Amino acid sequence: MENEAGALSRVAGLFSARGYNIESLTVAPTEDESLSRMTLVTTGTDEVVEQITKQLNKLIDVVKLMDMQEGPHIEREMMLIKTRAIGPAREEVKRLSDIFRGRIIDVTDKIYTIEVTGTSAKLNAFVEAMAETDIIEVVRSGVMGIARGEKSLRV
Amino acid sequence: MELTGAEIFVRCLAEQGVEHLFGYPGGAVLPIYDALYQQDKVQHVLVRHEQAATHAADGYARSTGKPGVVLVTSGPGATNAVTGIATAYMDSIPLVVFTGQVPTALIGNDAFQEVDSVGITRPCVKHNFLVKDVRDLATTIKKAFYIATTGRPGPVVVDIPKDVSAAKAEFHYPKRVTMRSYNPVTKGHPRQIRKAVDLMLTAKRPMLYTGGGVILSNASSQLVQLTRLLGFPITNTLMGLGGYPATDRQCLGMLGMHGTYEANMGMHNCDVLIAIGARFDDRVTGNIEKFCPTAQIIHIDIDPASISKNVKVDVPIVGPVDQVLKEMLAVIKEIKGKPDAAALQVWWKQIEEWRAMDCLKFDRDSELIKPQAVLESLYKITRGNAYVTSDVGQHQMWAAQFYKFDKPNRWINSGGLGTMGFGLPAAMGVQFAHPKETVACVTGEGSIQMCIQELSTCLQYKLPLKVINLNNRYLGMVRQWQQFFYDGRYAMSYMESLPDFVKLAESYGHVGMQITRPEDVEPALKEAFKMKDRLVFMDFITDQSENVYPMIPAGAGQNEMILV
Repeated sequence: MENEAGALSRVAGLFSARGYNIESLTVAPTEDESLSRMTLVTTGTDEVVEQITKQLNKLIDVVKLMDMQEGPHIEREMMLIKTRAIGPAREEVKRLSDIFRGRIIDVTDKIYTIEVTGTSAKLNAFVEAMAETDIIEVVRSGVMGIARGEKSLRV
Repeated sequence: MELTGAEIFVRCLAEQGVEHLFGYPGGAVLPIYDALYQQDKVQHVLVRHEQAATHAADGYARSTGKPGVVLVTSGPGATNAVTGIATAYMDSIPLVVFTGQVPTALIGNDAFQEVDSVGITRPCVKHNFLVKDVRDLATTIKKAFYIATTGRPGPVVVDIPKDVSAAKAEFHYPKRVTMRSYNPVTKGHPRQIRKAVDLMLTAKRPMLYTGGGVILSNASSQLVQLTRLLGFPITNTLMGLGGYPATDRQCLGMLGMHGTYEANMGMHNCDVLIAIGARFDDRVTGNIEKFCPTAQIIHIDIDPASISKNVKVDVPIVGPVDQVLKEMLAVIKEIKGKPDAAALQVWWKQIEEWRAMDCLKFDRDSELIKPQAVLESLYKITRGNAYVTSDVGQHQMWAAQFYKFDKPNRWINSGGLGTMGFGLPAAMGVQFAHPKETVACVTGEGSIQMCIQELSTCLQYKLPLKVINLNNRYLGMVRQWQQFFYDGRYAMSYMESLPDFVKLAESYGHVGMQITRPEDVEPALKEAFKMKDRLVFMDFITDQSENVYPMIPAGAGQNEMILV
């Protein structure tokens, strides 16, 4: 998308005006600072997704669009999770974090803050695994996607 | 030499060839009005309400194919314009609307007459801009015109803060602009066109279904050539009237909710449907489950998002209608293609049987004025040559049914949004664009009161419009639905305390007439249309109980019409 004020709200507005779902949305400038890259996760029948694609393409600020589902691709999401870490939980949380290849990025005598990346399913699994512990806060980035191999989304 | 933003604005409009600017001044646009005052290239038309400015520009655009241009102030100026912007958006009409904005330093501070114009208009524009730097102003204006008029046309809003129009910059108006994210299609895909032609030539029961896209893309002559060459029946949507001559034998009239029996039955029974610049609107398709059950569908449209949006199509062609039709004609010529004449003969025989039902018949011996009769007389007296604008409701449908448009750009109405109050200001725009032509506004006592203040504008600019007010003392279409679907509980559809329209017209300096007897309809119209330099407001007191027939009730199929 054009890295311009209002571009994001055009996309968000389109989804609400036409009754489409946004499951997650991430956006940030790219190496070319005139462009932002957005990954948007939505659901719908093939017809609905086709219509969403066409409507998005009509937005003047959308430069190029790719339906990731059309080919092999990688999805990643990052999660920061703050949990209480006192007593026996302190060891258990660390162990779970290791199993999920998480990293503890902030520590106090009572708190761990863990960073985990992976697919949304993996992050869900981690949250589930942590159910027994005292989770204080969860922040998720939303999904980012990129195609595998030579295929790329470039202008 | 450096110019102020306001001067740049005026110069841009002049270079763009804008002759009329419809608007209303206010605090945030004072610098622009000051610049307009000091030039004579762009004529500013002062309306009485910003909604009317957008409708007038819209009427101008619909009748010329050129973009309509509007200038309003910030805050209420912008919000008043929104109805007109949305009207244009729904019918894909090219408008460029300039809204004043509070100075950049005050944006977001809840300043006097501040509103987030870009935010408010976002869902009903093709695109919009907030100009934050005077150095971007000229390019932004060029982009606005480019976007509004190319591809599927539509309104573009340019929001200009007051300090931007006061600041100075070098003036340069680019001859053309390109945008990497906006590249409208200019040609249809040859393979798809070939596929469509092959399908058309095998059709036994073909039907051409054409819409506003034909008119927007100026493709009337290609459409006529193609239709005559193939000998297929053709029906026009409300927006497409005039795209093909209504008096031609191949034309089955309008289709849809209040379309003709032959058009809707033709649609329902066809085996190949060729949709051209039409968008399968719910008022056309009726119940989508029952729509064209036996047809393979070809759809030509400039907007890919229109294709397979409501109805799945078999042969989509994305491209401008005029180009695609040209290509089709070339292909048919090249392959020496001939339609299935024997099958067509059988098909036409069936269609003529439907046509013989005479679905638009009405009581011609009534002692009350029948609205249909007024429209018939209007058609007769103007010899079908008038530009006709309409408001929204029963009168709109009767106008569409009874005024036979043989030429494009003559029928000006709010089809998609259905905006009451559209007719009179739209007629002003048409008259500005065509000062020598006859312009009639068909309206009702409900609609006309939504922009009645424009009678004042009409006096100021001496616009000799003819207002045909079909006065049935009811919000007729609402009443009709209440009669059919709400057991006659006429909630709020009776128009009480109406003004004396004759005196009202006179108080605005125009000619007022009231017509109450059927035998006076034609003489009165004749007299009115003889007054070439006066606005004549004709108040026809019509039969209150008249309904628009035929009708496809909501949720029914096209073959399930209510006839009289």
